Amino acid sequence: MTPPPDTSTDASPAVAGEELLARLRADGPRHEEAIRELHALLLRAARFELGRRSSAPAQMRGEERDDLALQAADDAFVAVMGKLAEFRGDSRFTTWAYKFALYEAAVRVRRRAWQHREVTIDAAAWLTIGDGAAGPHAQARQSELLRAIRTLIDTELTPHQRDVLVALTIQDIPIDVLAERLGSTRGALYKTLHDARRRLRSLLASAGHDLDLTSP
Amino acid sequence: MTDPHTASALSRLLGPAAAEATCDECFAQLGAYVDREVLAGDAEQTMPALAAHLQGCPACAEDYESLRALVLEER
Repeated sequence: MTPPPDTSTDASPAVAGEELLARLRADGPRHEEAIRELHALLLRAARFELGRRSSAPAQMRGEERDDLALQAADDAFVAVMGKLAEFRGDSRFTTWAYKFALYEAAVRVRRRAWQHREVTIDAAAWLTIGDGAAGPHAQARQSELLRAIRTLIDTELTPHQRDVLVALTIQDIPIDVLAERLGSTRGALYKTLHDARRRLRSLLASAGHDLDLTSP
Repeated sequence: MTDPHTASALSRLLGPAAAEATCDECFAQLGAYVDREVLAGDAEQTMPALAAHLQGCPACAEDYESLRALVLEER
């Protein structure tokens, strides 16, 4: 990987982060103090994420939000401490640590928003793509491309690829919610989606379709 | 002229054309990507596979947006 940019002239958060990292890797009372500082840092990041999510404030009472933030910070803390030896300095330490808390909080918000909703992969959802009225030339070619995709989804993808593609890209089911319901992971489902997309792109290109029509 | 709504649907269906990082690679490198973008402004050029993944994966893109916002707020 390319080395990170020189941050030496923009030092305060970076220096504070490196100093915290050194104390986390040391023994003694300063380590205990660093543990508390790390947890506070992760809790702040989790609260930041919950505050950013437009769906979160309306659905959650203050106490519930605080509890969710604390759960996310606790799990992020365990992840950060477990991976501390893997930190190579490709980013600031605080940036590296924040992502664990943001991830844990975001997954919880997505799953909570869907906790009372049934996740049903709607086989009929993809049947509607490409049904729009064809207008000007470029739009007519877009509709033609959508119809070709519809045919390929039906004939060339495996049932699992079709279900994942439809759920994630047509029904807009969050990938973390789908992963939880299917007993899978974000990474595994995205690999399935990626393979399905590559297959569709390859077949469409072979058939002479203009894939630049995906740009507005 | 293409229809933006249809173009968006096509983009979601087909994903990015460029070679992509995986979700695990994205998570591992996300801090470096955000710091490069915020401090040097060249993340998309220096880490193109991760940039492509962020176009194709809405969940990782949301994680990226949040981390970027938090780092910017901290500056």
